[in-house]
Amino acid sequence: MRKYFNSIRRIAGNVVTVDARGVGYDELAVISTSRGDSLAQVIGLDGPEVSLQVFAGAHGVSNNDRIRFLHRPMQVPFSEALFGRVFDGSARPRDGRGPAYGDPLDIGSPVINPVRRRMPDQMIATGIPMIDVFNSLVESQKLPIFSVAGEPYNELLARIGLQADADIIILGGMGLRHDDYLTFRHAFEEGGVLGRAIMFVHTAADPVVECLMVPDLCLAVGEQFALRGERVLVLLTDMTAFADALKEIAITMEQIPSNRGYPGDLYTQMAKRYEKAVDFDQAGSMTVLACVTMPGDDVTHPVPDNTGYITEGQFYLRNGRIEPFGSLSRLKQQVNGKTRDDHRSIMDACIQLYALCRESREKRDMGFEMSAWDRKLLKYGLFFERRIMDLSINLPLFEALDRCWQILAECFDPAETGIRRAIVERHWPTGLK
Amino acid sequence: MKGKISSVYGSLVIAEMEDRVVQNSVGYCVRSDGTRLLSEVIRVRGQLADLQVFEETRGLRTGDGVEFQAEMLSVVLGPGLLGQIYDGLQNPLPELAERVGYFLKPGMYVNGLSTAAKWAFTPDVQAGDAVASGDTLGTVPEGIFTHRIMVPFGWRERFTVERIAPAGSYTIQDEIAVLANAAGQRRSVTMQQTWPVKIPLNVSRRRLMPTEPLVTRVRIIDSMFPIVRGGTYCIPGPFGAGKTVLQQITSRHAEIDVVVIAACGERAGEVVETLRDFPEIIDPRTGRSLMERTIIICNTSAMPVASREASVYTAATLAEYYRQMGLNVLLLADSTSRWAQAMRELSGRLEEIPGEEAFPAYLESRIAAFYERAGAIELADGRIGSLTIGGTVSPAGGNFEEPVTQGTLKVVGAFLGLSRARSDARRYPAIDPLDSWSKYRGIIEPAKVARMRRLLTQGHEVRQMMTVVGEEGTSAEDFTVALKADFFDNCVLQQNAFDAVDGATPAERQRFMFDKALQIVDLELGRLDKSHLREVMVRAADLFRNWNYAASGTEEYDRWLREIDRFTADRGRPMP
Repeated sequence: MRKYFNSIRRIAGNVVTVDARGVGYDELAVISTSRGDSLAQVIGLDGPEVSLQVFAGAHGVSNNDRIRFLHRPMQVPFSEALFGRVFDGSARPRDGRGPAYGDPLDIGSPVINPVRRRMPDQMIATGIPMIDVFNSLVESQKLPIFSVAGEPYNELLARIGLQADADIIILGGMGLRHDDYLTFRHAFEEGGVLGRAIMFVHTAADPVVECLMVPDLCLAVGEQFALRGERVLVLLTDMTAFADALKEIAITMEQIPSNRGYPGDLYTQMAKRYEKAVDFDQAGSMTVLACVTMPGDDVTHPVPDNTGYITEGQFYLRNGRIEPFGSLSRLKQQVNGKTRDDHRSIMDACIQLYALCRESREKRDMGFEMSAWDRKLLKYGLFFERRIMDLSINLPLFEALDRCWQILAECFDPAETGIRRAIVERHWPTGLK
Repeated sequence: MKGKISSVYGSLVIAEMEDRVVQNSVGYCVRSDGTRLLSEVIRVRGQLADLQVFEETRGLRTGDGVEFQAEMLSVVLGPGLLGQIYDGLQNPLPELAERVGYFLKPGMYVNGLSTAAKWAFTPDVQAGDAVASGDTLGTVPEGIFTHRIMVPFGWRERFTVERIAPAGSYTIQDEIAVLANAAGQRRSVTMQQTWPVKIPLNVSRRRLMPTEPLVTRVRIIDSMFPIVRGGTYCIPGPFGAGKTVLQQITSRHAEIDVVVIAACGERAGEVVETLRDFPEIIDPRTGRSLMERTIIICNTSAMPVASREASVYTAATLAEYYRQMGLNVLLLADSTSRWAQAMRELSGRLEEIPGEEAFPAYLESRIAAFYERAGAIELADGRIGSLTIGGTVSPAGGNFEEPVTQGTLKVVGAFLGLSRARSDARRYPAIDPLDSWSKYRGIIEPAKVARMRRLLTQGHEVRQMMTVVGEEGTSAEDFTVALKADFFDNCVLQQNAFDAVDGATPAERQRFMFDKALQIVDLELGRLDKSHLREVMVRAADLFRNWNYAASGTEEYDRWLREIDRFTADRGRPMP
């Protein structure tokens, strides 16, 4: 027998409060309104009152609409049938095809026991020297791309998705413009990866609550594939939209805001998602790459700031280039000691010298005389930008390292590079003057 | 003591009590499937008790039962703590993994110490001896240490030993002694005891002034901003500046007996690195694996926020327990900001009036109370134990003006501030040598340290001036100062953490090295033009850096040292 409740006490924002008994926290309900059925999630219990967050929004909900509780958390069907499919934030198909069937899978699974995690040690080559040489991407890493509106961050994300060596690609779109969604889809089709890709897409026109579900859906499905030994790459864009959705709902719920209106648990909420990135002991792995647009290009904004503390590094995408300063892959030390003996030395030296070059440029711009040393640095900076930093460059790691040596040799004496002598002796290009 | 759930909001549950309840006592929320979720009473209003639940509250219903206990949130103390990996509530994670697999299961609790393991007990007292709380009754070997079995710390009376177990092998639940108080009441002692985590554990004659330097083998800390055994320090820094790496290095190389690592609300990956690496790293001072001196309390960012709040207290209590044995203990908390945020989340749920940035008004007093648990103490038998606390702070936006950093700076003895500019330029460790300070005295004579600080400040001033007047507008003297400051910074203060030799410099080598660097800094370079001056200092830096990478006692070490000495003797000029 199905039990319905219809004594709705309050409707505010996307939250509906109803009198009901025997309802568990965080469980799912279906609310039937004049606009059709919508899923809703229990976000508060207070005596007989149950507060529900309505996925489709509370527009058109009347105070005697019927609510049925499902006594289970949000689920997503899980099977191989998901490949090549596109779903929305309620896990309904958005590609015009029928529903996907599979075993129901609870989203928001418990925390992974840290002792069952492996130490990540597999580099994911991307062919982008600014990533491979200077900030290597590592399997199971969680890494955001910090960018601003107008930068080609979605293109970069798609390119990494296509070139990176992964078994399964899951795209989570939050607040996406419809054309961005089509761009991704097109890129995946062109690149021939659609057959091993799954997309959960919330567009800017969809109800805001569904935006919150997108990362959970992607990560639940990804985790399940990882447990079966697959190497999964999850692409999330844009996490700032996710945070803004959190903010909107927290404010509706009259929670005390902590910083620029964001709720006090922003860190925890985002960490819960990012921490799903994992390399399972004796199973597969899940790597998470996310785009974070920084409002006003301000890295101290709560969203990029909290993200930076959660993720294992960050890439800054600015002026169409991955910035060498600030960009950091925290896991690179796990892999770049095993690639080639000069990898780390090159990585440090090139960045240190480029930092000095920027200082020289500042001096030059202020009209100061350039010393011989300054001129060397300026020359180096130019070469480095053109031959390494440019985002269009596609080079395997070893070739990129060789190119770095070449540039150093064209600009400096060995001692000026600050590289240890033993390494210099092995790799300094000969026959140059 | 029973109750019923009336409200659920996130990790906060409000229950109606049937009878009495103790503030900060433990309660279990019983889900309809029988799962019991651990929680703590954090507020009582009339018949309503507010509980913070240390688990996900998914599936809890109004009307579900709550079982209140009399005792406060406590940990088990006894042999077997070393080498363990616990969650914030002292559940051993490897054992949970064995029982439930890849994921943690809400409501699954395991005793913090093995009840099956047997320990070789040697009595230290005889029947008839008078003892008081904290006194040693006997010892068991625990790895590299002699673990003291002590009279429970909470027993405030004086006792006479009525019976003491003979030497032999016992579990932590076996009775090893019977004590009688003045009134003749008998109490049984086992090798384990419990202690409430939020109450500082300190049974001692007095607290001492901490003076003994704690060598971390990180040069910029030991030489410039030293920390001492029993002292406190904090490492604030924006993300990516290397807080966690610095804590990891310290946990490896610090010259200390026991290290307790509290990974509080941080990345799981970092804990994994520690727990995979440590068993394989041999501590050169003991010849045993590092894990044998380490306890890891791991409450990563995805774990429930309430147990994050508890985890730093759990870590502090375990650390204090080993201090009671006369050992030197180091507690590394990473990050105290996450702990503060956990307080903020709970405070928000309780609808308390928010303070600055929505942190609760009691934030500063909680931070102060936590750091005050550090200290060197003189035990009843004259031995000295110490607990040093080092906490990282993750200030929002890297801005040190925020409440957690400011609250911490008031109560710590050393401030190792990390700077984004330094980490961007790959100058590691990115401790800012101009902003940081320490109130302690370290391994280098203060006069020498002051000399170098002056040099760094002057060098910085010259650099700033140079951005205005340019290199050509700078005098050769000033230019030399800037070069020498850079040299000292590059070769002594910066260290490659990933190099086996350069990554850890023992105290003796640091002193020697500091003097060698002083010799170079004190060199009169004479009348050289700027490009020659630069060449000379580039050469000095090159020699020094190569020397840093050479292991002590090797031929390579001697060779570079000879070159440096020759360089100094020639005042940087190559032999004709």
